[in-house]
Amino acid sequence: MQTFFIIVILALGFLITFQIAKASEYVAILRGEEKSRKQTNKINGFLLLVFLIVGLFGVYYCNETLKGKILGAAASEQGVLIDKMLYITIAITGVVFFATQIALFWFSYKYQESDKRKAYYYPHNNKLEVIWTVIPAIALTVLVGFGLFYWFKITGKAPKNAMVVEVTGKQFGWEFRYPGPDGILGKKYYKYIDPAKNNSLGQIWDDPANHDDVWMEQEMHLVVNKPVQLVIGSKDVIHDVGLVHFRMKMDAVPGTPTTMWFTPKYTTAEMKKITGNPNFVYEISCDQMCGKGHYSMRGTIVVETQAEFDAWMAGKKPQYLVANPDKDPSVAKPDSTKAIASAAINNK
Amino acid sequence: MSEAMNIHPGTTAAVAVHHDGHGHHQSFISKYIFSQDHKTISKQFLITGIIWAMIGGLFSVLFRLQLGFPDQSFPILETFFGHWAKGGHIQPEFYYALITMHGTILVFFVLTAGMSGTFANFLIPLQVGARDMASPFLNMLSYWFFFLASIIMLTSLFISTGPAAGGWTIYPPLSALGEASAGSIHGMDYWIISMAMFIVSSLLGGINYITTILNMRTRGMSMTRMPLTMWALLFTAILGVLSFPVLLSGVLLLFFDRNLGTSFYLSDIVVNGQILPNEGGSAILFQHLFWFLGHPEVYIIILPAMGIVSEILSVNSRKPIFGYMAMVGSLFAITILAFLVWAHHMFVTGLNPFLGSVFVLLTLLIAVPSAIKVFNWLTTIWRGNIRFTPATLFSIGFVSLFISGGLTGIFVGNSTIDIHIHDTMFIVAHFHIVMGVAAFFGMFSGLYHWFPKMFGRYMNNTLGYIHFWVTIVGAYLIFWPMHYQGLAGMPRRYLDKSGWASFNQFTELDKMITIVTIIVFAVQLMFVFNFFYSIFKGRKVNKLNPWGATTLEWTTPIRPGHGNWEGEIPEVHRWAYDYGKDGRDFIPQTEKIGENESKH
Ligand code: HEM
Ligand SMILES: [Cu+2]
Ligand SMILES: [Cu+2]
Repeated sequence: MQTFFIIVILALGFLITFQIAKASEYVAILRGEEKSRKQTNKINGFLLLVFLIVGLFGVYYCNETLKGKILGAAASEQGVLIDKMLYITIAITGVVFFATQIALFWFSYKYQESDKRKAYYYPHNNKLEVIWTVIPAIALTVLVGFGLFYWFKITGKAPKNAMVVEVTGKQFGWEFRYPGPDGILGKKYYKYIDPAKNNSLGQIWDDPANHDDVWMEQEMHLVVNKPVQLVIGSKDVIHDVGLVHFRMKMDAVPGTPTTMWFTPKYTTAEMKKITGNPNFVYEISCDQMCGKGHYSMRGTIVVETQAEFDAWMAGKKPQYLVANPDKDPSVAKPDSTKAIASAAINNK
Repeated sequence: MSEAMNIHPGTTAAVAVHHDGHGHHQSFISKYIFSQDHKTISKQFLITGIIWAMIGGLFSVLFRLQLGFPDQSFPILETFFGHWAKGGHIQPEFYYALITMHGTILVFFVLTAGMSGTFANFLIPLQVGARDMASPFLNMLSYWFFFLASIIMLTSLFISTGPAAGGWTIYPPLSALGEASAGSIHGMDYWIISMAMFIVSSLLGGINYITTILNMRTRGMSMTRMPLTMWALLFTAILGVLSFPVLLSGVLLLFFDRNLGTSFYLSDIVVNGQILPNEGGSAILFQHLFWFLGHPEVYIIILPAMGIVSEILSVNSRKPIFGYMAMVGSLFAITILAFLVWAHHMFVTGLNPFLGSVFVLLTLLIAVPSAIKVFNWLTTIWRGNIRFTPATLFSIGFVSLFISGGLTGIFVGNSTIDIHIHDTMFIVAHFHIVMGVAAFFGMFSGLYHWFPKMFGRYMNNTLGYIHFWVTIVGAYLIFWPMHYQGLAGMPRRYLDKSGWASFNQFTELDKMITIVTIIVFAVQLMFVFNFFYSIFKGRKVNKLNPWGATTLEWTTPIRPGHGNWEGEIPEVHRWAYDYGKDGRDFIPQTEKIGENESKH
């Protein structure tokens, strides 16, 4: 019923507008087309000026209302650089934006048709062309210069002391793997993937580097002020590890691992204070269209001190032992003979 | 004969013969359906484009409803769309199908085929002084391939597993695997076949446009005497002819991966618990192929608009376009650079950072010719005597939007910033302003301007003004705040943000945007109404040259027949922009250079 009314009202509004529009055409003819055209011209010229003024105010108003809802403190050292680049660009493009928009609408208003003035025949001026080739070129060189300086800093080699975490995307969630004490991520092969056998990543158990790797889902822990290098992959389609607060982002591509590194600046607890939000969490958003659950492909990150991290890690069992309980000293010992016997039976 | 033509300027020699020789029915078919007249083909592209635009626009209203009112149920949606909108809520798969089709339709079917098909077909022979295209037959085929593509794409909307739903950029593996997305079960095959037809259409058209401009200019019409619309359409066609085949090869490989078990793009995949055999493919390869078209594509969309705007600003400021050669030069520079920047869409795909830096440089380089164009447009209206027809207003609006969106291009083209804003709403804001809305403004501008030439009638001006003012205010209200959502890191293609702590602060804003979208959409319907109403009932044109323009199309009869000029094709003696010269309002291109005329 409601929709019905809305449609009726829309149709009515439409009809009225149309009738007015038609009538104005007749009126124009009655009053002399030239005269009414000139009047319309004045109105539109005036509206262009109004649009400029209201528009500029709108830009200001929009900024005032929304600036508190964006960005916030960059939570990584790299994010700080990115924000800097952003501000430099806003400054330079801002000047151009205001200058050109004001010129556009001001000229339109000022040079609207008038009997008192003739258009000025001004087909070209090479000096002007050179000026507005060179000035943008200089401005852009500055922007490219800063941009690439930061870009190479951010995408350069990760520091030696960086911890490594593997991130794997799948429809629709995140998995993480820590290399364990040896600092090496064990080899994997996608055909070994078998969640039922606790091998969600396809780790190759024959590779000793895998024996201490720790696997988990949805929540990742990082150490504050310690660079971390993420090794990123995907099991199915392309995803993207988006870290808003760190301002970092990298695609997760099946078959082609990617990496990125950054240094978290604040622990989760510190961010709660900085943002004044007791529920603050670092979120991982999937930023690459990956199917029907894309919008809900969420993970979280806890940033903590080294001590907290170590304590947390100490409670984790390597996935090797989860997948192969017979190899787990804490499980296998009391009943080792039986386990070996059953393994032998299985082998026959 | 010639007397008869004076009475009915709409009939031509060729058609008149038909009238005598055959029955009415047949001449209707050859005149309006399988016509080889470039003007009729242009209208066919235009009307097909308008239908597509309404479908694509309607889709955006639907998915904006979801974005603005994620918690509210709209039972009417369930009535229409059944299980796709269960409980009156747009389901995720439906949402993704809608945005994918919205993008595909508007980018390819409306702003590429609709735009180039309409204006290249209509204007090229009329403005260079030719009776028709180089090959009217291929030109007709071009439309019918487009029609075929349209039918196939339209059909895909009705299959039970739904149309393609992986985004208009159709990245594999998502687009390759039915297990990963329902739209990839069958919808994607329709998409690929439709696009293959589309590309054939675009190539047939493009080759024709290039040939006609290069070879069929009338006497005296040297290249540098052509209006800028011709240059723009020439470069557009060149871009299309050189880049669309790359997309074709890209999507054909995708077709093989989907149906023939090849592994061009697939490697190491476990989807839905199923281990796929494919190894050694590269998903990123597709993105290179896609964007090798994809970036030129955005210029295929915007260059015709630039040409139209240059022409209309000059005509209605009663001043020559400022810096004609610089305008041609910058079009040329944009065309070249357009091929060298594609990987700026891929900064965070794991692209080698050094390679990334090269693409940053080349990408920001493209801002230079863009800036030149803007400054030249500004100087064109400076000290003019501007008539605000709806066409002029839309051209001014175009420049404003192009400035706004071009400047945000400098943000996204800088890889450092792009790390943060890639695939966020910032990108959506950037390209809708600079390409989506701006190109539409160019198109509207051209339609209001050349409507009298197309149909021998005027569109209603008052509706035109309402159309302009609501659309420009609406467009900024919709897309300007999206930059802020993007800076907040809000990813694009998220249909519901309620599960997120970082992105749920914009619910009010999203509501506002949706409401404005509905209003703007309603006003576009009003434009469509004005368009069709005016074809039949608009005020009749009673002068040959209603805007006082210099170009050749206004030397044809009010309703030109097939062949365009009744007598000989006029000869051209000067460039297209002698407005306000030597105290004269304008001097047509056909007028000889006077003895005492000043040089420019
Ligand atoms: C100053 C010139 C411009 C620069 C430097 C620029 C740069 C960029 C960059 C780097 C991206 C990729 C951003 C990302 O996905 O992270 C992008 C996206 C895009 N740009 Fe521009 N751009 C410019 C002008 C234009 C123009 C004139 C158009 C169209 C007429 C356009 C249309 C698009 C489209 C459609 C996309 C998004 C495609 C998608 O991911 O769906 N851009 N632009
Ligand atoms: Cu995703
Ligand atoms: Cu691009």
